[in-house]
Amino acid sequence: MSPKKVKPPFTFPRSLTERPFHYCPGCHHGIAHRLLAEVIDELGIRERAYGVASIGCACFLYYYYDVDICEAPHGRACAAATGAKRARPELAVFTYQGDGDFAAIGLTESLHAAARGERITAIMINNTVYGMTGGQLSPTTLPGQRTTTTPEGRDPRVYGYPLKVAEILAQFPGVAFCARVAVNTPKRVLEAREALRRAFLAQLEERGFGYVEFLSACPVNWKLDPVSAARKVDELTETFPLGVFRDLT
Amino acid sequence: MKPVLVKGSEAIALGALEAGCRCYFGYPITPQNEIPELMARELPKRGGVFLQAESELAAVNMLLGAVSTGVRAMTSSSSPGISLMAETFSYLAALELPAVVVNVSRGGPGLGGIEASQGDYFQATRGAGHGDYHFLVLSPASVQEAYELTAKAFELSEKYRQPAMILTDALLGQMKEPLLPRRLRVREYPKDWALTGARGRPARVLKSLFLGPGELRARNELLQKKYRAMRREARAEVLYAEGAELAVCAFGSLSRIVKEAVEMARKKGYPVAFVRPITLFPFPEKPFRELSLRGVRFLVVELNCGQMVEDVKLSVCGRAEVESFALPPSDLPAPEDIYRRIRRCLRKR
Ligand SMILES: Cc1ncc(C[n+]2csc(CCOP(=O)(O)OP(=O)(O)O)c2C)c(N)n1
Ligand code: SF4
Ligand SMILES: [Mg+2]
Repeated sequence: MSPKKVKPPFTFPRSLTERPFHYCPGCHHGIAHRLLAEVIDELGIRERAYGVASIGCACFLYYYYDVDICEAPHGRACAAATGAKRARPELAVFTYQGDGDFAAIGLTESLHAAARGERITAIMINNTVYGMTGGQLSPTTLPGQRTTTTPEGRDPRVYGYPLKVAEILAQFPGVAFCARVAVNTPKRVLEAREALRRAFLAQLEERGFGYVEFLSACPVNWKLDPVSAARKVDELTETFPLGVFRDLT
Repeated sequence: MKPVLVKGSEAIALGALEAGCRCYFGYPITPQNEIPELMARELPKRGGVFLQAESELAAVNMLLGAVSTGVRAMTSSSSPGISLMAETFSYLAALELPAVVVNVSRGGPGLGGIEASQGDYFQATRGAGHGDYHFLVLSPASVQEAYELTAKAFELSEKYRQPAMILTDALLGQMKEPLLPRRLRVREYPKDWALTGARGRPARVLKSLFLGPGELRARNELLQKKYRAMRREARAEVLYAEGAELAVCAFGSLSRIVKEAVEMARKKGYPVAFVRPITLFPFPEKPFRELSLRGVRFLVVELNCGQMVEDVKLSVCGRAEVESFALPPSDLPAPEDIYRRIRRCLRKR
């Protein structure tokens, strides 16, 4: 009997470098990174991928991916991605941004890129805080949530209510795929992967803007241990329901 | 070849097209709308991209994305819009991207006005954004030169991997003159840094964050070395230097009026030279240094409250008297106004 070649069930993604992540223990950025690399591999787009690193905890994106990556100023990732994609439509262009980057300082660029139906894929890591700068209020901070700049909790009379970005984008005709996912259970990880794949298909099939929002644990700034932070993501889903809000793929 | 009658702004757009500009991103603002409007008509015909952005902030970041892939691209705006782009200018310089930016400047500060002004000289030559960096800055004085310097800006920005700016104003931008749209040779430089997809080569990164010990210092030293190397591109128009006692200096469209005043003075027998910096960064120090060593004094005429005069002072290093004739934006001076000032200046001795 000749030995049969069995495909190993778990291999290291080609698009990921071997550099260890710098993220805090229990941070979900790492899981999102791995899924993104797997999807780039599966779609066979590593050699034409163009990533935009934004300003936030994931600003070192370029250390972890073996694809071309450009840094954009805080909030401007979708504009930079627009320029790259328009200049070279053959590239598979994606941004990787935080909730502050995408939905506070960069909301204009994000919404207009989506409204124009740019053939780009935007990944937004919603951890409800400004992780990198030490856990301040973000546009997705929950009412009552304590942050370093809302020490008594977010007061809706002062700061209003969280922005539900996925729901907003779902109304745009230019958006071809839009979903909110989480990665705190194995099932959700698989769903997140599929959402990412479709968000890339949105641009590869020339349908429009692809968007995936990850509800992402930030144990350090939530002042929780990694396991409790992962559980806390379930609470977030009450304000930020998971699901696919628009899919033209 | 027949000359065409076009505005300075249109000449800039034509110069960019001649240089092979593939993408234009911008947001409307007076007095430079002729540039995006011409690009919106012409670029799609040539397989290029025209995109009106939602703001100057978006426009300049689209420019960043486009040039990062190695294509020739530009944006244009006027003073307030240029201010809005400042943060990204710093990134463009830090990432060493050959982006071309046009400022058809207007009066400030604030909303100011839409008349000709040179109030953005500091903003253009000192960088506008944060950190130690410079743009390469070219300033045309005629419609023909606007065409040629714009093409040159594309070439130099690639040669030095360096953002370049055309600084002009409402006067030249709106003024019509005959333009000879002659073919220009615009050199290409290897783009072994461009993000085109990691096919058959290692992945490339364009970043400006340097946290390792000494890394940022090394990075800054590298940029400064480049800025020093760029000095060889310094250019100026120098006239009537022979036997001059006073050199009258101006840049851009105002230099046309100043040149006329200098010629009036010379006709009356006054020993006056004319110096017009064409590159504002690098500043053409050499003619200033040489004239100052011969004991020539300087009168610097500007449509602002006195900005370029500082660079003239730095160039002459205290060796010569430097007087500022600062004309804050509102009305343009007549050649006679400047002529009178020249006479006064000479009589002081
Ligand atoms: C123009 C500008 N303003 C502010 C900052 C400081 N800053 C860096 S990251 C950041 C917030 C990041 O938050 P988010 O986008 O949610 O990403 P996270 O770190 O949470 O992943 C801020 C305000 C900056 N770098 N640039
Ligand atoms: S601060 Fe929060 S988001 Fe940033 S790396 Fe740490 S856990 Fe992750
Ligand atoms: Mg965040």
